[in-house]
Amino acid sequence: MKDMLHQIEPLIPTLRRYARTLLRDRSAADDLVQDCLERAVGNWSQRKDGNARAWIFTILHNLAMTRLRSSSTRPHHIAIEDAQDDTFAQAPAQEDGMRYRELLGALDRLPEEQKTVLLLATVEGFSYAETAAVLAIPLGTVMSRLSRARERLLKEMDEGRSNAPGAHLRRVK
Amino acid sequence: MSARPITEEDLHGYIDRVLDPAREAEVSAYLVAHPDVATRINGYAQQRTDLRAALAPIADEPLPPELDLARMIARQRRPRQTSWGAFAAAAAVLLCLGGVGGWSLHGVGQSTREGVAAVAQEAADNYAVYAPDPSRPVELRATDRAELVSWATERLGRPVTIPDLAASGYRFMGGRIVTTGHGPAAMFMYDDDRGTRLLMLTRPMAATDRDAPMTAHAQAGINGYAWADNGLGYSLVGPAAPDRLHPLADEVRRQLSRAI
Repeated sequence: MKDMLHQIEPLIPTLRRYARTLLRDRSAADDLVQDCLERAVGNWSQRKDGNARAWIFTILHNLAMTRLRSSSTRPHHIAIEDAQDDTFAQAPAQEDGMRYRELLGALDRLPEEQKTVLLLATVEGFSYAETAAVLAIPLGTVMSRLSRARERLLKEMDEGRSNAPGAHLRRVK
Repeated sequence: MSARPITEEDLHGYIDRVLDPAREAEVSAYLVAHPDVATRINGYAQQRTDLRAALAPIADEPLPPELDLARMIARQRRPRQTSWGAFAAAAAVLLCLGGVGGWSLHGVGQSTREGVAAVAQEAADNYAVYAPDPSRPVELRATDRAELVSWATERLGRPVTIPDLAASGYRFMGGRIVTTGHGPAAMFMYDDDRGTRLLMLTRPMAATDRDAPMTAHAQAGINGYAWADNGLGYSLVGPAAPDRLHPLADEVRRQLSRAI
């Protein structure tokens, strides 16, 4: 169990990040991470040797999907733009903050299957093979979803930029 | 030299920096020669940088106390450290059942305690088997509700109603027929949005146990409330605290009495 503490504890901040980005709700996400950790403690001894990080993300991902799919108890949708101040607490430079806000909004509008691939492969830094393992999908599916996610996000950001009413003003500053 | 053709996968690998140095150099050269592709790939690379930067602050926040892993490990280990611990837990359950039984005897003056105490035990046993099952906790899912009702009605020889706990935050997952020492029982499972599962078990009671007041039970961390109405015994069990479970049991009982 000491072994578990050493391997899992450093991952908790990244588990929170993945959960919060998917659920868009700080306390619901932390509840999910707590549930995940409790299951991990209970199942640690039955875990097959190997990648502990992929293992625990698999548990978290499955719990997140169960939660998101229990539609009857689904929390009301919080638009990411509204939730952001609390959900994604941050104070980056003004200009970056604006861009990040748009980006997270666009991320939120991605289909869930694309969003999860994008988060695991880019933000959490999993290899494509690990991403495939966590999501229990073939490698080829990871690649096609990643490709579609990036394309769509780029397109949305471009459209956002040309449509934003304040775009010119901001540029002049 | 004839290089292998550049694939879309190579381009993503280039962005995510997972290519070996030789391949990375080839992709780099390809992008120099194809500015239109390079524009798109630069866009993706910028997007990757921005996403990581935008989400980095979450991972920098201090952890709340409920995510203290060391404490969770200590808490989960304690109950099963020694066989003595398990024995003590079993003894506590016996004491608890004895206490409850005494209370219901006192309250009603008729010997119904073996009846619903047995139902409570069966529910807890089935909870231990089916609730942790990751692949097939239920045999018929919520979408097959009608089929489940007719199956249960046929096997129990009584009209069976599935309580709805959605208003209390528990979604109906489905159910199955299970075996007990007293014949077939219908088992219904529910979960909330945190994956906490509840199980309700119902089966016909012996003639002497047709009605019994609601009593509390506990077995190995699983709490439960059991009762009998009009010849059917019921038990609602789950890991929820008794003060959370009790109103749910009341709600189930209320719905079922209305259905009869």
